[in-house]
Amino acid sequence: MTDVLEKGADSKSEPGDNVKVFIAPGKSGSLVSLKPRYENFIGGQWVPPVKGEYMDDVSPADGRAFCQVARSSKEDVELALDAAHRARQAWGETSLADRAKVLNAIADVLEKNLIMLAVAESWENGKPVRETLAADIPLAVDHFRYFAGATRSLEGRSTEIDKDTVAFHFHEPLGVVGQIIPFNFPLLMAAWKIAPALAAGNCTVVKPASPTPWSILKFAELLEGVVPPGVINIITGPGAEIGKALATSPRIAKIGFTGETTTGRLIMQYAAENLIPSTVELGGKSPNIFFADVMNADDEFLDKAVEGLILYAFNKGEVCTCPSRALIQESIYDKFMERCLARIAQITQGNPLDTTTMIGPQVSNQQLDKIESYVKIGEDEGAQVLIGGKAKDVGGEFEGGYYFEPTVLKGHNKMRVFQEEIFGPVLAVTTFKDEAEALELANDTLYGLGAGVWTRDGNLAYRMGRGIQAGRVWTNCYHLYPAGAAFGGYKISGVGRENHQMMLEHYSQTKNLLVSYSTKPMGFF
Amino acid sequence: MTSPLEPPGVDVTPAALEALAHVVSEGGPVMFFQSGGCCDGSLPMCFRVGEFKIGDRDVLLGVVGDSEFYIDHRQYEAWKATRLTLDVADGEPEGFSLPAGPGHHFVTRSRVCEVPAPV
Repeated sequence: MTDVLEKGADSKSEPGDNVKVFIAPGKSGSLVSLKPRYENFIGGQWVPPVKGEYMDDVSPADGRAFCQVARSSKEDVELALDAAHRARQAWGETSLADRAKVLNAIADVLEKNLIMLAVAESWENGKPVRETLAADIPLAVDHFRYFAGATRSLEGRSTEIDKDTVAFHFHEPLGVVGQIIPFNFPLLMAAWKIAPALAAGNCTVVKPASPTPWSILKFAELLEGVVPPGVINIITGPGAEIGKALATSPRIAKIGFTGETTTGRLIMQYAAENLIPSTVELGGKSPNIFFADVMNADDEFLDKAVEGLILYAFNKGEVCTCPSRALIQESIYDKFMERCLARIAQITQGNPLDTTTMIGPQVSNQQLDKIESYVKIGEDEGAQVLIGGKAKDVGGEFEGGYYFEPTVLKGHNKMRVFQEEIFGPVLAVTTFKDEAEALELANDTLYGLGAGVWTRDGNLAYRMGRGIQAGRVWTNCYHLYPAGAAFGGYKISGVGRENHQMMLEHYSQTKNLLVSYSTKPMGFF
Repeated sequence: MTSPLEPPGVDVTPAALEALAHVVSEGGPVMFFQSGGCCDGSLPMCFRVGEFKIGDRDVLLGVVGDSEFYIDHRQYEAWKATRLTLDVADGEPEGFSLPAGPGHHFVTRSRVCEVPAPV
C-alpha cells in the first residue's frame, strides 16, 4: 500500500515511516478538488435541479457540511430518464467488444484516480482511508473489468427443435434501469450495480444514498469522453421523493435496490405495479462461527481467526454482511475471547484520512444514535458489555464526528442485539456446545445474507457451509468480495444476486426466434 | 424484576404526536411500518395511507394518534420482548420514509417489556 501513499498527504511521523494523513477535500493541497455545489449528472452534462434546491453534504468525520448537492425532485428524475432513453438504442446496439471497451475504460479511469477517489470516499462516508485504498476502490475497478470480460462471453443459444425448426435465443437489453445505492459502500455498490447493467446493454439512472451523494459525482466527473452521454445518469436527493419517482416510473424496465426491509417491500410493490423485475438486497445478521479446533495450535491460522472475529468492525460495522453474531464453541470461549478482546482494545479510531486509523466515524448522527440505543436495549435485556459500549469523543478537530467505540456484548441468541442489524461496530457474542447447536443458532435469524465458519476440519466446514441458510458462507475467511463470487440473500435478506456474471441474465431479456426452414404447411386449415 | 409485564406494543412521545399532526395536516393520513435490516433498518417508516401495501400476516402493533403502526410478523417474533415508543430525532430520513416535519425523522425507542406498573 505504501506506493500509493505518496501524494496529497502529510507525513506526521518519523522519516522512513509510512504513516500518512491525507488532506481533507477542499483544503489546500488536497488530492480531491471540491466545488461548493454539485448538480445532477444527466446526459453527460451537469444539470441544475429544476426547482433550484440544494442540500448540505456533511462529513461524518467532523460533522460539518463540506459541499452542497442537488436536492432533486421528480422533474429531475424525468430529465434523467429522458437522457437515458435517448442513449438507450445506440448503447443497446453497441457491439460486445465496444461495450467491453467502455467498461475497461471506466476501470482504467477509476484506477488512475484511485487515491483521489479513496480520499473522497473516506471523507464523505467516514470509512478509514486504508480500507478505501485497499478494498473499496480497487474492487470497484476490478468489478468493471470483470463485467468487461463477462460481456465478451455473452452468448446466445440455439436449439434444433427438429430437422427444419430452430429456436434461437438472444440476450436483449432491458432498456433503462433504475438503481438505488446504499450509503455504506457508495462507490463499490454503485460499481456492483452499474457494471452489469451496462455490460448487458442497458442505460441507468442511479440514485445514491442521501448521506453519501458526492463521491459518485466525483466518479462522474471522470466519465467525460469515457462513457457515451446518457448511459449513466446520477441524480441526488431525498429517497421519499426521487427514489419513489424513479422506482414507480413506467419508464424503467428494472429496479435494483440495496437497503432495509420495508423499502425492499415497497420497491417490490412498485415493481409489481409496473410488472417489472426487481433485485433487492436487504441486510443481515450474519453468524461468524468458531469451532474449538481453531485453537489446536497457536499459529498463523489462529491469528487469522482472531482477525476474522474482529472484522465486525470493518467499515465501522456498516456492512450488510457484518459478522455481527459471533458463535464460539464453549470449550475455547474464554481463551479465544481473551485474545480477541486484547486485539480489539488496540483498535485505533479517529480521522478516517489517517492511514493508521482502523475505525472511522459512523456515517451520520442518526446511525450513531441508533447504535447507542441498541447497546442500551442489549444491556436492558441482560447482555454484558465486554468492551466499548459508548460513543467516543476523539477530540481535536474531529470532536464533532460520529464515533462509536468497538463494542462486544455477551448474551444469548434471542436478544434483540442478536436478531436485528445494528449497522455499527457492535458484536453480539454467545457460545455453543456442538455442531448441531452451532447450526441451530446460525439459522435462528430472520436473515440469510452472510456467514463465516472457522475450523481446521474441512468436512465440518463443508457440512456447516451447506447447512447454513445464507447466500454467502465464508469458510476460514470473511469480508472478501471478489468479482465473480455471487452475492445475495436467503430468507428476508433479499431477492436476487449480484457480483457474478449471472447478473447479465438479470439485466437482459431473452428473445426467442423460432424459425421454420420447412416450406410445408402445417395442414390445420 | 418484580414488576408486572407490560405487553408488546407502541407508545408515542408528545414530540412525535406533534410531528405526526404536522405530517397529517400537510398531506393527509399516514401509517407506520417498523423496518429492519440494513442501513435505515430499525427505523419506523412513515407512509401516506395506501402507499405501502399491508400484508395479511403483518402485525398491527398499535395506533399512534390516528395512525396505525405495523410490523412484519417475523420481526414481531424477534422484537416482542421490547415495547416500542415512537419518537422524533434530528436529521431528515435517509430512506423512503416521510420526514417528521422539516429536518427531522421518526425513530422508535425500545424498552424491555418489564417496566414498573403504571399507578
